[in-house]
Amino acid sequence: MKDVLPAIEQWRARGERVAFATVVKTLGSAPRGVGAKMAVSSSGAMIGSVSGGCIEGAVFDACQEAIKTGKAQLLHFGVADDDAWDVGLACGGIIDVFVEPLDW
Amino acid sequence: MTILYTTLKACLAAEQPVAVATIIDGTGQIGAKLLVRPGEALLGTLGDSILNEAVERDALAMLLRAESGIRSYTVADGDVQVFIETYPPPPTMFIVGAVHIAIPLVTFAKTLGFRTVVIDARGAFATPERFAHADELIHAWPDEVLPGRLTSNSFVVLLTHDPKLDDPALKVALPSPARYVGALGSPKTHARRLERLRADGVPEEQLARLHAPIGLKIGSDSPEEIAVSIIAEVVAARHGLTGR
Repeated sequence: MKDVLPAIEQWRARGERVAFATVVKTLGSAPRGVGAKMAVSSSGAMIGSVSGGCIEGAVFDACQEAIKTGKAQLLHFGVADDDAWDVGLACGGIIDVFVEPLDW
Repeated sequence: MTILYTTLKACLAAEQPVAVATIIDGTGQIGAKLLVRPGEALLGTLGDSILNEAVERDALAMLLRAESGIRSYTVADGDVQVFIETYPPPPTMFIVGAVHIAIPLVTFAKTLGFRTVVIDARGAFATPERFAHADELIHAWPDEVLPGRLTSNSFVVLLTHDPKLDDPALKVALPSPARYVGALGSPKTHARRLERLRADGVPEEQLARLHAPIGLKIGSDSPEEIAVSIIAEVVAARHGLTGR
């Protein structure tokens, strides 16, 4: 959290809206552990990471959606093919990411 | 509007322990949040006072263990999954010996989220010019500074390899709850150190927890490389590993 706070503060000072993504669960080999965070602003700025780069694109889109809808959701990333996002983790791990607007 | 976020930010800035619990799945209101602080009133709600109390108990226990994760609770309507994220205060590295190695070591430790305290009785070493980047620079003997300050979130690094400074510091650090105690010095220096400490009555189980010679074997040459080898061993200790 500390790594993304300064950027979030800058965005909020500019009147932008913000969404967060947090790794809440990992199985097998995952590049970043539970608690790893990424934050996105309504103008499309991004800070932090939730993986080694394999799922950031999809998570970025989900954050933008959370800013628009105001709704939080739990995303599940596993080995590609059958997950709706069609994003696979090269490392073969499983990562659950919680995406939420910063409205609390 | 964003009272939980603002409070979380203030706790992090003041380095006070705090935990945030969020409903992420199940029958509850997804995204509902509760902020937990030891000895303070709860902020926010997960929508059910019994659930709030159960989560508060778990969050406080997890905070002590510096652990975050999902916990499952059964409420009237079914099961609810709560992600409990804890923010324990940052670990502190106490560096005894304001030597050259300590300068890059403070930089690495700060990058990795440690508070850094540099202690040296020798005024020529403990200068603000050399350690402007340290959180605290204390010009004193280590056995004057360390007593009462070491917790299970403390990491003690001795860099003087001068018995006058190292030995008194070790006699405070080894019996303390400090998570890691390491001392610089060649195997020969360390053997002599062990002899002295044994003669002074330091128990074997305390000597056994001393990391010496300090650092991982990575062929370090320069002060900067030695600092890398030390910080790597400290990171391993933080995760309950030896790095060997």
